[in-house]
Amino acid sequence: MSNVSNKSKQITAARALVNCLALEKVSTVFGYPGAAICPFYDELSKSNIEHILVRHEANAGHAASGYARITGKAAVCIATSGPGATNLITAIATAYMDSIPMICITGQVNTDQIGKDVFQEADITGAVESFVKHSFLIKDAQDLPETVRKAFYIASTGRPGPVLLDIPIDVLRTDIDFDNVKYMEQVDIRGYKPNFHGNKLQIKRVIEAIETADKPLICAGGGLFNREAYKLMRQFAEHADIPVISTMMGISALPTEHPLYYGMIGMHGKGIANRAINNCDLLILLGARVNDRAVLALKNNDSLKVIHIDIDPAEIGKNLPASIPVVGDLRAVLEQLLEQLPKKKHENWKKLLKTDTGSDTLDMPSKTDKINPKQFINILNRLLPEESVIVADVGQNQIWTANNISLSEHGRFITSGGMGTMGYSVPAAIGAKKAAPEKEVIAICGDGSFQMQMMELATAIQHNINIKIIIMKNNRLGMVRELQQNLYNNNCTAVNLDGSPDFVKIAAAYGINGDYVTDIKQADKALITLLASKKPYLLQINIDENEKTM
Amino acid sequence: MPTSPRITTQKEYFMKHTISILVENHAGVLSRISGLFARRGFNIHSLAVGVTENEKVSRITIVAEGDDYTLEQIEKQLNKLIDIIKVRSVKGSELLSRELMLIKVTCTAVQRPELIAIAELCGAKISDVSKETVTLELSDNEARITTFEELLKPYGIREIARTGFIALQKGSGSISS
Repeated sequence: MSNVSNKSKQITAARALVNCLALEKVSTVFGYPGAAICPFYDELSKSNIEHILVRHEANAGHAASGYARITGKAAVCIATSGPGATNLITAIATAYMDSIPMICITGQVNTDQIGKDVFQEADITGAVESFVKHSFLIKDAQDLPETVRKAFYIASTGRPGPVLLDIPIDVLRTDIDFDNVKYMEQVDIRGYKPNFHGNKLQIKRVIEAIETADKPLICAGGGLFNREAYKLMRQFAEHADIPVISTMMGISALPTEHPLYYGMIGMHGKGIANRAINNCDLLILLGARVNDRAVLALKNNDSLKVIHIDIDPAEIGKNLPASIPVVGDLRAVLEQLLEQLPKKKHENWKKLLKTDTGSDTLDMPSKTDKINPKQFINILNRLLPEESVIVADVGQNQIWTANNISLSEHGRFITSGGMGTMGYSVPAAIGAKKAAPEKEVIAICGDGSFQMQMMELATAIQHNINIKIIIMKNNRLGMVRELQQNLYNNNCTAVNLDGSPDFVKIAAAYGINGDYVTDIKQADKALITLLASKKPYLLQINIDENEKTM
Repeated sequence: MPTSPRITTQKEYFMKHTISILVENHAGVLSRISGLFARRGFNIHSLAVGVTENEKVSRITIVAEGDDYTLEQIEKQLNKLIDIIKVRSVKGSELLSRELMLIKVTCTAVQRPELIAIAELCGAKISDVSKETVTLELSDNEARITTFEELLKPYGIREIARTGFIALQKGSGSISS
């Protein structure tokens, strides 16, 4: 960046875009080039920003998602026009469902060719309309800096989400005035004023409700990871002695072994968590939108009081009526609450939960030729460093991991919660590792989901990104198979993954070391090798094809 | 009346809400709004767009159907759109609401005096005349427009075009206050 920055000067919009990213303190971007985005790549290569070349555009989006979840800031992914942009859509939708701040930059054909169906033209702003927080098609190069500034502001404030910037190639090539100082000026968008502090009267009502509740329960959601609000949630729970359960997105908001933590709720959640939500008299939802799979557990409970704290007013009352709605930034609201929160003890309520008679014992018998995945995760828990990021994919592997992984206060669990996008774990792990190179980052996936993302082994090798991969191989699309067994008269169709390769050999072809685990006795040694490796490492563990999710 | 795919009680079915929306006057805004209605399954009865006293701001008036939960969701989801400056739903009784209708009816020379009488009675204008048709225009509220249409039916309606309702609050209040 030039030191003579106060005066505005003429540069191309492509160069200005790179300058904008630098001013937004972006150090790493994920992308895949093509003709329409070339002017930007030309300028990007001359900057200090590192570009990670993925092997499929969707994975640029997932990698940016993993990166954003660890840094807490908007991450950048890039694709070209047409198929490049449309390939990005799944990643954009995935980020949108999990409220991940992301800037998606797509190339577009010449301004005067838009709408003429020219080569590699796609109406991407139209196509992603329902999956973005906002989108811009930049038709006037002079608008680019202000638009980029707005995009970062919109993506990372309020309820975070992806913002798409579609930029025609002639716009990128146009000379414009660019002024660093002017760029950094405060953004003001009259139609976008997210709430920050909670309404004082509502805060008072929350405090009163906590004062009088006998069986309060916190449901921790993914929103707690914004601005590290989870740290305040822990203080809040400890101070008022309130048990905590979490949604899939809220796993690791509280350390797994914390005495107040009772596990994940929902269709595939822990029995004890689901029973807790049905027995509590005050439910405090923190940054959780209680979707259909999570709220399934909640039977009609007329006496239940619900406090719903969320930054997005549209989520409050959408799936569950709220007795006390509080709209605001979770961290800000928790700060407000902590100022007045009464010290409480809920021994009887906790005792009731502890003596819960439902069966939650993990089915963990050893098998002779196959691995019990729960048993395997337990061994991983014992060996896992404190500072670890676990990225679970989608399917049975996700539930086995979510329900059994044990993470410390420095650990973090990441998964595609809302969208359930297969093929998320490896690219997201790549992004997470770039964001936190000092942490151990492990992608856990199934043999189905791995085959949707295995091209990214090349990305990890090319850019020296030391991620670890565990493939739970059962030669099945296990969760669909289970559905077919239970609901479709055992007609198991199109779920057999015959023809899958030997994944350790695939890894070897990329120059990645790996090993097989076919007997639980080998697990310790294999995991020690995996964790000690200074390069990417892959484990293929053989799971019984009939192993159940729960 | 568009048929609703939702199973609702008769009362809910007829519950119409008028929503006034101020938006940034640039391309793509309308598509975001109509897309949102389609995606969330909200039923639009009518929609009218026009620029306001500020040329950078447009006003969209939507008449939508649904129960209170649906209305609340519509307002909240609309408010999330960045290009939307203000959303306000106004109760029927507080509303000054108008729609313009153009209606072409079959009308011979002999029938013309009758038709002119109906037009005068209803405050409509004769906009165009041909040998066998007359085109009338009427700007009024929903009930009076419906009555007018009923009165013309016996003559044989050739074509109707309606603008959709536009509305302002009665009295001195405005959407921004």
